[in-house]
Amino acid sequence: MKRLARFATVLVSCLREIFDESAYLRFLRTHRMSSSPEAYAEFCEERAAVSARRPRCC
Amino acid sequence: MRRITTWQGRLVSELVRILTWLGVVLLGALAFATIALHRGEQISAMWLVLAAVCTYVVGYRFYSKFVSANVLGLNPQRATPAERLDNGRDFVPTNKWVVFGHHFAAIAGPGPLIGPVLAAQFGYLPGTLWILAGAVFGGCVQDFVILLFSVRRDGKSLTEMAREEIGRVGGFVAYVAVLSIIVILLGAGALIVVNALKSSPWGVFTIAMTIPIAVLMGFYVRRLRPGKVLESSVLGFVLVILAILAGQWISENATVAPWFTFTAPTLAILIIVYGYAASALPVWLLLAPRDYLSTFVKLGTIGLLAIGIILWRPTLHMPPLTRFVDGTGPVFSGRVFPFAFITIACGAISGFHSLISSGTTPKLIRRETETRMVGYGAMMAESMVAIMATIAACVLQPGTYFAINSPAGIVGKPADAAVATISGWGFPVSADSMHALAQAVGEQTLFNRTGGAPAFALGMAQIFSNSLGGQAVMAIWYHFAIMFEALFILTVLDAGTRVGRFMVQDALGHIWKPLGRTSWYPSILGTSALIVGAWGYFLWQGVKDPLGGINSLWPLFGICNQLLATVALCVATTIIVKTRKARFALVTLAPLAWLVAVTFTASWHKMFDPNPRIGFLAHARQLAAGVPSHEVYRLVFNDRLDAAVTGVLVLLVTLILLESVWLWGGVVSGSKQAVIREAPFVMTRFAEEQG
Repeated sequence: MKRLARFATVLVSCLREIFDESAYLRFLRTHRMSSSPEAYAEFCEERAAVSARRPRCC
Repeated sequence: MRRITTWQGRLVSELVRILTWLGVVLLGALAFATIALHRGEQISAMWLVLAAVCTYVVGYRFYSKFVSANVLGLNPQRATPAERLDNGRDFVPTNKWVVFGHHFAAIAGPGPLIGPVLAAQFGYLPGTLWILAGAVFGGCVQDFVILLFSVRRDGKSLTEMAREEIGRVGGFVAYVAVLSIIVILLGAGALIVVNALKSSPWGVFTIAMTIPIAVLMGFYVRRLRPGKVLESSVLGFVLVILAILAGQWISENATVAPWFTFTAPTLAILIIVYGYAASALPVWLLLAPRDYLSTFVKLGTIGLLAIGIILWRPTLHMPPLTRFVDGTGPVFSGRVFPFAFITIACGAISGFHSLISSGTTPKLIRRETETRMVGYGAMMAESMVAIMATIAACVLQPGTYFAINSPAGIVGKPADAAVATISGWGFPVSADSMHALAQAVGEQTLFNRTGGAPAFALGMAQIFSNSLGGQAVMAIWYHFAIMFEALFILTVLDAGTRVGRFMVQDALGHIWKPLGRTSWYPSILGTSALIVGAWGYFLWQGVKDPLGGINSLWPLFGICNQLLATVALCVATTIIVKTRKARFALVTLAPLAWLVAVTFTASWHKMFDPNPRIGFLAHARQLAAGVPSHEVYRLVFNDRLDAAVTGVLVLLVTLILLESVWLWGGVVSGSKQAVIREAPFVMTRFAEEQG
């Protein structure tokens, strides 16, 4: 049961990283902000500069 | 007494360990013997799965361990850039499983799905053997070593490493190879989408609906629930499923269906316009949510396919080897060597992966020792996806497979002519059975649907419907698979166009500064037009090609991709030689030599083979000898352009090879000083952790 819970935790963390939710939380922490449409818009702007240059594989 | 017990215990556990590994090796050998030696009887797809799993397990346990211990000398004490430069943004020490998932999601593209489907024209055996051997000895090693070398250089990119470790030529060649591969990949990808969606109102409607769905997701994630991307992706996925269901009604409605029924040229124009808009417009509203949706669907579908294969355990109808190993295949021309090896690129070894391994991933690695699992392991998972694609193609009846994948220019346009040609090859198929199959999946026809995507979708639909829902839902599954592939490729297309645009802007910025500014609209519009125009040209060329386009474009893409892998392996070998481990350089030198043999032979054939179905120049000569017309001039120009692109790439890679070999010789003989540009050693604070 413990292993299953650990697996689920890792899976959710993995999905949160892939879908940039963790990056958003880090952004909020770094900028000492709480989640809001404005904060997310700022995060997206900052993120776009990096992610737009990220190659997507064939 | 206690000492004896401990000794005995160790002996027993050692014996159990040896016997277990011996069992895995024997099981793998049995699976290989079954898939390689069976002739004239059909085998279960599970033998392929078993051979793959045993190969990966043994390869990871022994070969990757050998590479990490003897060649790379992974150091658990050494701090990674994620730890030293941790800024909470790009450099973040991350759990190894999370990095594994992130890396796999980034490297898994349409290549490992399409390549094996096309290569199935040779039978299932050549593709399977290359996917497994190529991954274990080539692709996994490349991804692993480039990841580690990037980690030791503060996450530097492949082009930066090539410039610093080999020389200026290396950096320039890597840049040109990357840009070329992006352009040709996007042209080939767009052609696959066009061929999958032409005359298919159901498919077009579903894909069209992903645009408003993505806008809705963008609104949800920005306004209603800021940052809840997973939630919005689930919502988007549910809406896409509803769109697929609605698509069935659309395709059956005589009034509405024509609105969504397009010819290949019309679809090509629509995709070119979409690509330009995607590159020039802000990303947040449409593209970012679509990217998330695509990733969600991609990971879910790959998982579903694995479950479907295990549940159904399908039989492979394709023989291990077909008559087309002699180079006369209808899907693409050319002998099994070298063409099987450039057609299956990403499932075995992909140069493009080296960009990911030297991009985001090295900035997330928490400990140096984790590069083995992330770099080597994620490529094994990618290779498994390619094995699943092989299975999806080979569960189809061979006659059906060839009817879908053969261009009208080879088998004939009328259904009767096509079935006569294909049956004449020894793969029986009838017009009635093809018509029934098309009806079962809600399409008007399945003849001449080249590009690999429709055949893969049909194979997937068979696997899914046999595992869940039966034949009644075959059409839903088919269009789910088409949606998955098209969405996936279109995401690669818009992301790739932007990446290509930035690369061109970076280069032009050296000539005139404002052109390098990514926020200056004239530059954005101009460079977007340049990139879209380049891949749009290849797409248009493919759409108008009487041989289906994929015959020229996919090998060109494969050659570019493998040439980029050649550059990556040159960089890796150079670093290994410089670290005074030349005796182990075979680890990267052997796949490098193989790739040089494969890509240079394939390039030679594509340029100079006297058979017009293989050689670009021979085809141009054949056309030029016919009745002159504007169309003929255009086709001749295209052939010469394809030959020139191939020639220039080979020339550039030859330059980097010569520069590398010169450097290796100098370092080994002692006439050149080996300068390593690694970041200085810093002790990690994670040193006390295990692993």
